[in-house]
Amino acid sequence: MSKQNQELEKFVGGQYKHGFVTDIQSDTIPPGLDESVVRLVSKKKKEPEFMLDWRLQAFAHWQTMETPVWAHVHYPPIDFQEISYFSAPKTPDDAPRSLDEVDPKLLETYDKLGIPLHERARLAGVAVDAVFDSVSVATTFKAKLAESGVIFCPFSEAVREHPALLEQYLGSVVPYADNFYACLNSTVFTDGSFVFIPKGVRCPMELSTYFRINEAKTGQFERTLIIAEEGSHVSYLEGCTAPMRDENQLHAAVVELIALDDARIKYATVQNWYPGDAEGRGGIYNFVTKRGDCRGDNSHISWTQVETGSAITWKYPSCILRGDHSVGEFYSVAVTNNLQQADTGTKMIHIGKNTKSTIISKGISAGRASTAYRGLVKVLTGATGARNFTQCDSLLMGDRCAAHTFPYIEVKEPDAQIEHEATTSKIGEDELFYCRQRGIEEEDAVNMIVNGFCKEVFKELPMEFAVEAQNLLAVSLEGAVG
Amino acid sequence: MSKNNILLSINKLSVSIDDKPILRDLSLQVAAGEVHAIMGPNGSGKSTLAQVLAGREGYEVSGEVSYLGEDLLDLSPEERAWRGLFLAFQYPVEIPGVNNVYLLKAALNAQRKYRGEAPLDAFEFLTVIQEKMKLMQIDESFLNRSVNAGFSGCEKKRNEILQMVVLEPRLAVLDETDSGLDIDAMKIVANGVNTMRDPERAIVLVTHYQRLLDYIKPDKVHVLADGQIVRSGGPELALKLEEKGYDWLRQEAVSA
Ligand SMILES: Nc1ncnc2c1ncn2[C@@H]1O[C@H](COP(=O)(O)OP(=O)(O)OP(=O)(O)O)[C@@H](O)[C@H]1O
Ligand SMILES: [Mg+2]
Repeated sequence: MSKQNQELEKFVGGQYKHGFVTDIQSDTIPPGLDESVVRLVSKKKKEPEFMLDWRLQAFAHWQTMETPVWAHVHYPPIDFQEISYFSAPKTPDDAPRSLDEVDPKLLETYDKLGIPLHERARLAGVAVDAVFDSVSVATTFKAKLAESGVIFCPFSEAVREHPALLEQYLGSVVPYADNFYACLNSTVFTDGSFVFIPKGVRCPMELSTYFRINEAKTGQFERTLIIAEEGSHVSYLEGCTAPMRDENQLHAAVVELIALDDARIKYATVQNWYPGDAEGRGGIYNFVTKRGDCRGDNSHISWTQVETGSAITWKYPSCILRGDHSVGEFYSVAVTNNLQQADTGTKMIHIGKNTKSTIISKGISAGRASTAYRGLVKVLTGATGARNFTQCDSLLMGDRCAAHTFPYIEVKEPDAQIEHEATTSKIGEDELFYCRQRGIEEEDAVNMIVNGFCKEVFKELPMEFAVEAQNLLAVSLEGAVG
Repeated sequence: MSKNNILLSINKLSVSIDDKPILRDLSLQVAAGEVHAIMGPNGSGKSTLAQVLAGREGYEVSGEVSYLGEDLLDLSPEERAWRGLFLAFQYPVEIPGVNNVYLLKAALNAQRKYRGEAPLDAFEFLTVIQEKMKLMQIDESFLNRSVNAGFSGCEKKRNEILQMVVLEPRLAVLDETDSGLDIDAMKIVANGVNTMRDPERAIVLVTHYQRLLDYIKPDKVHVLADGQIVRSGGPELALKLEEKGYDWLRQEAVSA
């Protein structure tokens, strides 16, 4: 290995900063999955009948499914009977109604993560629906949102209080039979977020959720559903970070977005899960199904994601461009380091007329990590006037990492315009030396170059989160320099 | 020039890569206020000298280099930059997505920090840079472009000189900054360099062309061949080289 690469290895060998475990008592059910567990989860959450029925249908289907095998990620088989499917922090009196009622230990945890909850909420005007393990424990700004008719609440609360909306929309974008992990999620999902923006309403603030995995061996099965009615707008940010752990932790979330006529949903994710140590031990397995349905004409859904964590990531935020003139966008930065594996990308399914999609994907690999981008652009019969622009750039740090790009294009309409650009470059000695010669310290130079590479994606993030994302990248790629 | 005023002193510097010798026992003294020109055939080691002075890693280096009384070889590239050493690269790199102005502001503030000066804010910096851009006849749109990305060869060279005049180094090493420039651009670059001339400062110009020296009058001219300085003299040496080529020196070396 050359000197330069040793230097780079030093950089990217940064320690995970958010590795610690809080010792809050948990009400955890024993590991294992059978029908009684599904019933128990539903009962613990006091769900109405329709919800339990749906879970049971999903479970019946899941039992017929095979664990998927993906070409570019490798991991030992997961024993689903080893996982506990429910864990809730014990608080004296069920769920707290305000921040004051929240376990101080928990608030301390958020503090350590650099998320001063009330501060952030107050200063940035952000409503935070904090998910700690499986149960939502704090919800702020609810009143203000309610004034404009916006519903933003924990998923389990929505199940109890807005069953009609749930019955209408749940599973309408990602049916439970969609894929193995979505089906597992449909069976045992515990909590997540629910957002409903009524007709014509522009959500008065950014909505944001911080996720955190805390309980050992507890699979996390978040479920998020966002419905934007005609002409409404909403911007949503999901961020997460996890404590250091010794065993691999499974995370299989489902996110469904529905945009009706002229509605606009911006969904941004900043993700910082524990990637495992330098040998790849103990990281999070992140198998996520995220899909947006541009159901109405002129609807617009955009996904922005900054992924730095997880041992294994398998994730394809997708858009179904059903409405005429609908627009789907995907902006992604994925960083992999050490032995991390990421297989991400997007699917853009053009169904309506004159639909348009944009894909900007930036992959950064360091250490011995590998990143694969897989993108599908599909133009169905009748989707005349479809347009797509795809740009996939990979940045390699050092010479032991890899990047793969797999663009799939299926076009049934001859007038479709599909453009694809791809580049792979190495962060080199030359760029670093150039910056250092100008007086910029090595670590700052690496950050500068990496941030420059990601610029097109970062500019899609809300201002304060763009800064957070840059810091996250710095943490992921930092090392003991000097 | 007084000997007490030596800014850079190179003593028996030898440099090799993978056991291949590139510079051999090279010695050179540069005093404050001086302009030195280094000429020499392709592959003679001019850029290697410049890169080693700036702290590029990957070379086996022996000998001594003192700069402002410190052991230069002991300092990291950024530490050298903070002490006012500037290299205009023969091949400036492109850094996509990083604003030219952002890099330059970060660079200037890093050096100010070292000198214990407060960082310039965006407004103060803009005032500084606008004046320098006028001097270099560079369009303002330049600032918001990514560092060297998509720049023409000439634009890259001018950008190097812009950085130099903003950073105001004590010792500037310009590696073939004149190569690839048309005559007008060369005059602008020469003008930039001339405004830098100062009794406190020294400039080392690596060039293939005597033409540049019509605009920037050097105090000393050195010829580097096969990793050694084979001849030093005044400006007349450059003229002679222009007329006779390097062969003349080689022949002289043989007959001597
Ligand atoms: N990284 C390297 N690896 C191997 N050889 C190198 C390396 N850098 C320089 N050399 C060799 O060292 C010698 C001197 O190169 P250098 O670039 O210093 O020459 P130069 O005088 O600047 O040439 P030019 O006038 O063409 O710019 C050349 O033979 C070159 O091939
Ligand atoms: Mg050279």
